[in-house]
Amino acid sequence: MEQNKINITIDNRPVSVEPGTTVLDAAKSCGIEIPTLCHINLKGTCVNNHPASCRMCVVEVTGRRNLAPACATACTEGMEVHTNTMRVLNARRTVLELILSNHPHDCLVCPKSGNCELQDLARRLKIHESPYEGGEKSCHEVEKTVSIVRDMNKCILCRRCETMCNEVQTVGAIGARNRGFDTTIGPAFGMKLSESECTYCGQCVAVCPVGALTEMDNTGRLISDLANPDKTVVVQTAPAVRVAIGEEFGYPAGTIVTGKLASALRKLGFNYVFDTDFTADLTIMEEGSELLERLQRFLAGDKNVALPILTSCCPAWVNFFEHQFPDMLDLPSTARSPQQMFGSIAKTWWAEKMGIPREKLVVVSVMPCLAKKYESGRDEFKTDGNPDVDYSLSTRELAALIKEANIDFRSLEDSDFDKPLGESTGASVIFGATGGVMEAALRTAYELHTGKTLEKVDFTQVRGLEGVREATVDMDGFELKVGIAHGLGNARRMLEDIRSGKSTFHAIEIMACPGGCVGGGGQPLHHGNVEIIDARRKAVYEEDRNKPLRKSHENPYIKTLYEEFLGKPLSHKAHELLHTHYFNKSEEE
Amino acid sequence: MEKNSISCAAVAKIKEICQAHNNDAGELINILHETQNTFGYLPKDVQALVARTLGIPATRVNGVVSFYAFFTEKPKGKHPISVCLGTACYVRGSEKVLDEVKKVLGIEVGETTPDGVFSLDCLRCVGACGLAPVMTIDGKVYGNVDPKNVRKILESEEFKG
Repeated sequence: MEQNKINITIDNRPVSVEPGTTVLDAAKSCGIEIPTLCHINLKGTCVNNHPASCRMCVVEVTGRRNLAPACATACTEGMEVHTNTMRVLNARRTVLELILSNHPHDCLVCPKSGNCELQDLARRLKIHESPYEGGEKSCHEVEKTVSIVRDMNKCILCRRCETMCNEVQTVGAIGARNRGFDTTIGPAFGMKLSESECTYCGQCVAVCPVGALTEMDNTGRLISDLANPDKTVVVQTAPAVRVAIGEEFGYPAGTIVTGKLASALRKLGFNYVFDTDFTADLTIMEEGSELLERLQRFLAGDKNVALPILTSCCPAWVNFFEHQFPDMLDLPSTARSPQQMFGSIAKTWWAEKMGIPREKLVVVSVMPCLAKKYESGRDEFKTDGNPDVDYSLSTRELAALIKEANIDFRSLEDSDFDKPLGESTGASVIFGATGGVMEAALRTAYELHTGKTLEKVDFTQVRGLEGVREATVDMDGFELKVGIAHGLGNARRMLEDIRSGKSTFHAIEIMACPGGCVGGGGQPLHHGNVEIIDARRKAVYEEDRNKPLRKSHENPYIKTLYEEFLGKPLSHKAHELLHTHYFNKSEEE
Repeated sequence: MEKNSISCAAVAKIKEICQAHNNDAGELINILHETQNTFGYLPKDVQALVARTLGIPATRVNGVVSFYAFFTEKPKGKHPISVCLGTACYVRGSEKVLDEVKKVLGIEVGETTPDGVFSLDCLRCVGACGLAPVMTIDGKVYGNVDPKNVRKILESEEFKG
């Protein structure tokens, strides 16, 4: 018996836990996995959904009349919990049978098949027939947006997406409407998602246990482009993809598979295999220069300079402030995201070098993100209707395509990305994790500002998983105050501080997804295991350490690009090709 | 500038109702009750304005409005009809009464006739089971309703104009 701890027994095994621990967590701590469906808790982030609505996790507590939901029942001293009595097993089975009575049985053709928590439970509980058929079934229209596909017929009303959208991201685009069989989770007034404030961050998709929320699949389009001999198809792949896609092929979370990824892309038939990291370095050149330019004006006494500067790499974040903070559109950096800079440079500088006409060049991106699909289609990133990035695939879609194409990923040799748009530094790799863009910017801004060599490139004070972090960096006499937020709810708090004049930051990095891009809406599903996101995050920093060059401005091909084509950062040409502007998308417009 | 199809007076009234509840989102249901009592129904723009005033997403307001049967997003007719589908009325054939009302008026449950005279709803028990099947019009109870008499009731003088 331990002091200040609560002692209970679970299936006759004694367990000591901290006060406030749920029966579910107590059971997990002694190796008993109680099945759950609606519950999700990403420890260390603010993601916690425990409405106790699905009743899958019911357990028997001695002396209690009814069964208790383990996810929402706190342990009390002397509690005797039984997780596998006949009564519990029967109740769980009935609950699952009832859920399945209003769920389509088209698993064979469901995009979530094999990765569905409901399907897993049906298998685990050996549900082999459906005793409650013949009743009413929900009937809702399937909505396909550019990023997210909503099939509410498959929704089991776990409310994870609603928690994500409202409490974690504070976007408020979706919520429950109506009652009974008519209940659906969606935008207010039955509007379409594309008409709502949805940022396409994809976190609803990342936590959906079933096939109700999935990504818009672009693999079919890619297959036909790859098969077209008239087209030159090039691919760029984001930093967070290389530390996550291995999971789809049986590697532990956080395994770096950059070399195999490049080989797999080549085997798929891409003519050139490039890297978004190249343009992440380019982003740092532009965004870092913009930061310095604003700082210099600030230090010269200009009171009107827009500070703090906010990063603009994350398309869901861009959508968020366009909808929710239209009064602050002057604050974000005007630098386009690495995905868009890549498309822009590939279809100008590189295409001209190679003599490939724009209409015959297809630029595809592989992203940990669903908002990137939307971003690539934004009108301001098109020339005569031809988009800089033709379309974007998620990490999950690429993994599926590799499997479909009979490529044995694990047996592939490592290979490098093609030059010149595949060359990158360590600074660009860390774009994949929260704090990474800021750290990369600091490495370059410090050297450009001070003219001195940065001896210690690791700014560990900006790393971590806390929702909001801050640091003060000595820029050779000037104290630069930087802030970092991940998750749009944390971003909102930072922006409200700016609006009310409380913020003292000079620069703020924001990523919409918990953990940054490593936890993006297009990544292999984590099924509620936050350690997976953290392992990917650590892998990103490991990849950075392994790179010979670790500062963006040292990338030799970035230097060439400026010498041959752009001139210098923030030049007229750079503005035309690498910068953008933002729109007021709020209702009050 | 508020992008609203509701009048400035209505906007002011809604804000006044919210203010009377300290713009507290926890008072949402009370605020919606008062708003519906004022306007007769809760159209989309009204819900959106309540949401903005309370600083909560429109999905939350719309979720509450669409969940509770008392709230309506469509204007009620001048003479709201409710057909009881409680147990006693149901076994005495109120479904046939309901079908007849639908047929005569050409509307479904939850709808209002194009001329705005009648709207149709169902309810569960008005406490007049001895008169089953019953329906109410303007809150007045009609007992022992025979489907054959429905047309006569609806076409009576008191509901004209």
